Amino acid sequence: MSRHNLAYFAREGLGNLFSHGFMSFAAIGITVACLLVMGTFSLVAYNAEIQLERLESDYEILAFVDETYDASQVQAVGKELVKLPNVKSCQFISREEATKSFEEKHEGDYMLQDLDVSIFRDRFAVYVNDLNQVRKTASTIHTVEGVVKVRVDEDIASGFIMLRNVAGVVCIALIAILLVVSIFIISNTIRLTTFDRRDEIAIMKMVGATDGFIRWPFVYEGFMLGLLSAVIAFGLQWLLYESVAKSIDVSDTLQILDVVPFGSIWKPVAAFFGGVGLLVGVGGSLTAIRKFLHV
Amino acid sequence: MIRLTNVQKQYENGTHALRGISLSIEDGEFVFLVGPSGSGKSTIIKLLTGEIVPTEGRIMVNGFSMTKISNRQIPLLRRSVGVIFQDFRLIERKTVYENLSFAMRAVGASGKAIKTRIPYVLDLVGLAEKADRYPSELSGGEQQRVAIARALINNPSTIIADEPTGNLDPTRSLEIMLLLDRINQLGTTVVVVTHEQALVNKFGKRVISLEQGSITGDGIGYDNGVKANEQT
Repeated sequence: MSRHNLAYFAREGLGNLFSHGFMSFAAIGITVACLLVMGTFSLVAYNAEIQLERLESDYEILAFVDETYDASQVQAVGKELVKLPNVKSCQFISREEATKSFEEKHEGDYMLQDLDVSIFRDRFAVYVNDLNQVRKTASTIHTVEGVVKVRVDEDIASGFIMLRNVAGVVCIALIAILLVVSIFIISNTIRLTTFDRRDEIAIMKMVGATDGFIRWPFVYEGFMLGLLSAVIAFGLQWLLYESVAKSIDVSDTLQILDVVPFGSIWKPVAAFFGGVGLLVGVGGSLTAIRKFLHV
Repeated sequence: MIRLTNVQKQYENGTHALRGISLSIEDGEFVFLVGPSGSGKSTIIKLLTGEIVPTEGRIMVNGFSMTKISNRQIPLLRRSVGVIFQDFRLIERKTVYENLSFAMRAVGASGKAIKTRIPYVLDLVGLAEKADRYPSELSGGEQQRVAIARALINNPSTIIADEPTGNLDPTRSLEIMLLLDRINQLGTTVVVVTHEQALVNKFGKRVISLEQGSITGDGIGYDNGVKANEQT
């Protein structure tokens, strides 16, 4: 492709973008809307995933140590626990701390205050890497010498696992559906703009233009449409995200949610918007023009 | 050179548009193709420009075999054949100059070639002063001149005009025919499809007449072309 042809394609493509202003506006509008819906959903899903990961990392298995063990023996048990597979870390909780925590939990109930510390055991809060293996890990913990009891809440663990799996499937399915819908809508919108120019295409074919030559300005136009849509959608997504994050931050009830700052995720978001915008713009153009080349 | 040998064309709906016609048009000739509606004139034009292929027979156009031509060769064939239509088919949103540069760009001409060629062709068709006008600002005759200029712009060896005067009054029609005659005198083969007998008679050129998909006459002047049919 010669340089003057490249300049011509760019000029024609850009010219078409402006000369068919309304259709271009419609195509950009639809692309931006689809990108925003996809982007918003992905960001919500990403934040939910992060929240879930945070909750998961707080999940603990309690390993109670034999009450006859002295401090050095207890320490040895702790060292053994950390060595076990799937164990991320473990935190020692002394019987005094356990008693204090218990009493705080039941504050106001005078029957459960001023308890004798000897009725509690020293324990380790064990944190795991993979919740899927929590049952297996609990059994292994039980085999460690000095561990007399293990408390594991499998229902909570399986609840987390199910929630994550469902969220993952729903997220992927919705993004796939929205992507297909976007390409379909944008392809049809660009087909309308192409239909508007079928006479020009017929004339080009008549004077001996090759299919490639006819196609390039449309590809360029699709590229520009996609890029412009991606930039606009990215800007709007940024504004929307920041304003929602701010609202959550000042809300009394939603404050517990920790929203990921946009500054730390803008690169993948920009790449996603750019990629999808260009895919639907260029893909839509190519699909749309194919029909009109058979003259 | 254009050569059709025993060409038949049957459309998918069963219509027999051409029934085994053979004809030859030499380089530099001026030929009128006449006949009533449905006689097969438009089918011949479509066959010559590679829009359709014959059901049977052989067609050669400017060295291209239309029965063997590949999709990649069709643009090259079309660059050697300029086509003019009754309804002009100009791009309304482009000026006269832009309509011509568009046709040149479409075949990959350089900016320099465009700047040199367009004024020459516009001068040839008598529209040098109207390069910046839009088609809607021109008369029918002027629009057809632009269409002729566009057909000529890539310097084809053959011009095919499909009812080029169908939308014009007699004076403008004569002007267009005189222009096509002048282009022919410059060495371009010209094939004009028409049914304006009076106009055809003014020029004393070769006339091929068609009826129901068959050649019914081939001779100099409209009357001779038709008489040839009566004699066969």
